[in-house]
Amino acid sequence: MTEQKKRTTIVLFSGDYDKAMAAYIIANGAAAYDHEVTIFHTFWGLNALRKEEMVPVKKGFLEKMFGKMMPRGADKMGLSKMNFAGMGPKMIKNVMKKHNALTLPQLIEMAQEQDVKLVACTMTMDLLGLQEKELLDNIEYAGVAAYLADAEDGNVNLFI
Amino acid sequence: MKIDQVLDAKGLACPMPIVKTKKAMDTLTTGQVLEVQTTDKGAKSDLTAWAKSTGHELIDFKEEGSIFIFYIQKG
Repeated sequence: MTEQKKRTTIVLFSGDYDKAMAAYIIANGAAAYDHEVTIFHTFWGLNALRKEEMVPVKKGFLEKMFGKMMPRGADKMGLSKMNFAGMGPKMIKNVMKKHNALTLPQLIEMAQEQDVKLVACTMTMDLLGLQEKELLDNIEYAGVAAYLADAEDGNVNLFI
Repeated sequence: MKIDQVLDAKGLACPMPIVKTKKAMDTLTTGQVLEVQTTDKGAKSDLTAWAKSTGHELIDFKEEGSIFIFYIQKG
């Protein structure tokens, strides 16, 4: 088969656990459909790419505060509904285990395994004070033009 | 019907049955048949649509209790 593969592009703007899950489930499904898949992480969606451990980097005061207030990694993200100050995610993770659903960190790992292109928006990284060292390995860094290049010949395009 | 590979996807939730099916299918050659066993209720629509869209053929489907069994021939 020499024909061009179909393409799915997703903008992950949200930093909510449930919304990120939806984005990554669609991405994994699309990869199984043999699409070339790109997830472009911007604003709060960047937190899904954060490493869980503390990475020592030089930062200004505001950036440090941002770093402290935002969830460090996918597993720490809250729910868009019924978060109950952190109780919600604990409950839903329990339910997910019962139903054998993959957790968000597992979905991200699966996406990387399936060669889903994970992109971090460099402009919003600057705004939120996130540095490359703090984000997962093997991801790409780009801006709106690179995203549009993938999206313009895309077949599925979502903003979550 | 000759079955070349059996994939046990029982108990797995969306999107895993489809992800595993794709991976298993990648190891087969054209004309070979994959049997997929799953318990995910969405799988009937999912695998039917997936097979159609990716150029494979769903040649048979049956339900045994709560288990759905698909036979997909690689296209």
